[in-house]
Amino acid sequence: MSTYFSKDHEWISVDGDIATVGITNYAQEQLGDVVYVELPDTGKTVAQGDEAAVVESVKAASEVYAPIDGEIVETNGDLADEPAKVNEDPEGAAWFVKMKVGNAAQLSELMDEAAYKAFVETL
Amino acid sequence: MAAPDPQSELKSTPLSDLHEELGARMVPFAGYSMPVQYPTGIMAEHVHTRTHAGLFDVSHMGQAFLVGPDHETTARALEALTPSDFAELGFGRQRYTVLLNNEGGIVDDLMVTRSVSAADDGRLYLVVNASRKDVDYALLRQNLPENVRLETVEDRALIAVQGPDAVAAVAAHAPKAADLSFMGASSMEFDGIDCHISRSGYTGEDGVEMSVPAGAAEPVVRALLADDRVKPVGLGARDSLRLEAGLCLYGHDLDETTSPVEGAITFAMQKRRREEGGFPGADRIQRELAEGPGRVRVGMKLEGRAPAREGAEIHSADGLAIGTVTSGGFAPTLGAPIAMGYVAAGHGAPGTKINLIVRGRALPAEITAMPFVPHRYFRKPKA
Repeated sequence: MSTYFSKDHEWISVDGDIATVGITNYAQEQLGDVVYVELPDTGKTVAQGDEAAVVESVKAASEVYAPIDGEIVETNGDLADEPAKVNEDPEGAAWFVKMKVGNAAQLSELMDEAAYKAFVETL
Repeated sequence: MAAPDPQSELKSTPLSDLHEELGARMVPFAGYSMPVQYPTGIMAEHVHTRTHAGLFDVSHMGQAFLVGPDHETTARALEALTPSDFAELGFGRQRYTVLLNNEGGIVDDLMVTRSVSAADDGRLYLVVNASRKDVDYALLRQNLPENVRLETVEDRALIAVQGPDAVAAVAAHAPKAADLSFMGASSMEFDGIDCHISRSGYTGEDGVEMSVPAGAAEPVVRALLADDRVKPVGLGARDSLRLEAGLCLYGHDLDETTSPVEGAITFAMQKRRREEGGFPGADRIQRELAEGPGRVRVGMKLEGRAPAREGAEIHSADGLAIGTVTSGGFAPTLGAPIAMGYVAAGHGAPGTKINLIVRGRALPAEITAMPFVPHRYFRKPKA
């Protein structure tokens, strides 16, 4: 299993042809208290860069973009009742969606953990 | 010519260094670099204000005096631009009002306080929105009679302390603060520093606003923050607090097209002014008072958890577009999303089922009376 990171502060963890996607700890820090997460319908096909979800903090709504092409196969229903989980465990229990990888080649455009850490340091 | 760097042109307040020290996240707001939140975050700051006391730097707001030969003259000069009664305002009494344009639209909303004693009467102290300072001051200067002048205050900070423990925390340093009644103001010493303190604010809680010499702002704030009951609060929670209290934010819930009747702030219009008129746009405003406005500001509660933000369309139950959300977000005290906005006449009754259109989806909601969270202003017990 490999984990990749996008410049939009999403993580994507790939196991076989299924990728789990969420937002990074840096992203949740920037957002502040999360009060609502809007997730896509399962079965929806998204292209890299499409809006895949929306995170609402007390202050504002922020889009979460699909880091790669794929089909949404599962969404994290726990976030409907406990959106604050995104602040508590963004890179674990508060994953957003699982996707069937549509284009594995796109993964190589993403960062590994070390590169993402270095990227965040520049912000 | 190089493009101006917006960051470098932002103004600071006398408390900017302290905000940085406290770990605030600073954002541009109305030309100032202001704290939007401190490390604990908006939700915790909001809850702390409702349960104990929040301290807000509101030094970006405009402080000014109207100075005339006597109270009557100065009051009438301001009455010519507002629909409120200032002639009858008592010593050290404060009133909320709006500056009007010739169409009866709101140029700004502001607080006005009469001087504390007869010794310096003829002065009205104004606190205006940061984003409207230039517009307000120009309007006032153009319209004031020759014997009334505008003096802007550039050397004082403004600090709000709000919440059930706010007055006790301030009174530990300025005992006279405990004697103030709601919307009353007085000059007093805070640890030996001359301050002007009013029992008012913009969160729906009991509390004070303190005008403090710029150089003394930091010691005053440090003294207050040394009290465990008082925590610093940023603009993020200030916004969620005022929204729960049903209070308007200029530029969002009020603008130059909205009248005080549409904005549902007719409490700022005392009886004499409603009847006599004599303010800009009186024809429109008196007609709206008599016949009802074409649109009105309302509160809305959403049934689900998804918030509706400023700009979301409001639809009637049968799908008619009837208005727009002007402020919306999550209400930490209620644990639910709330909004305010304008709906067309006939759609504003509390209990009316509506839909708010968010990202193409219709979110069920209901018109509701405001405030969303009851005000807890201090009322002196009747003798």
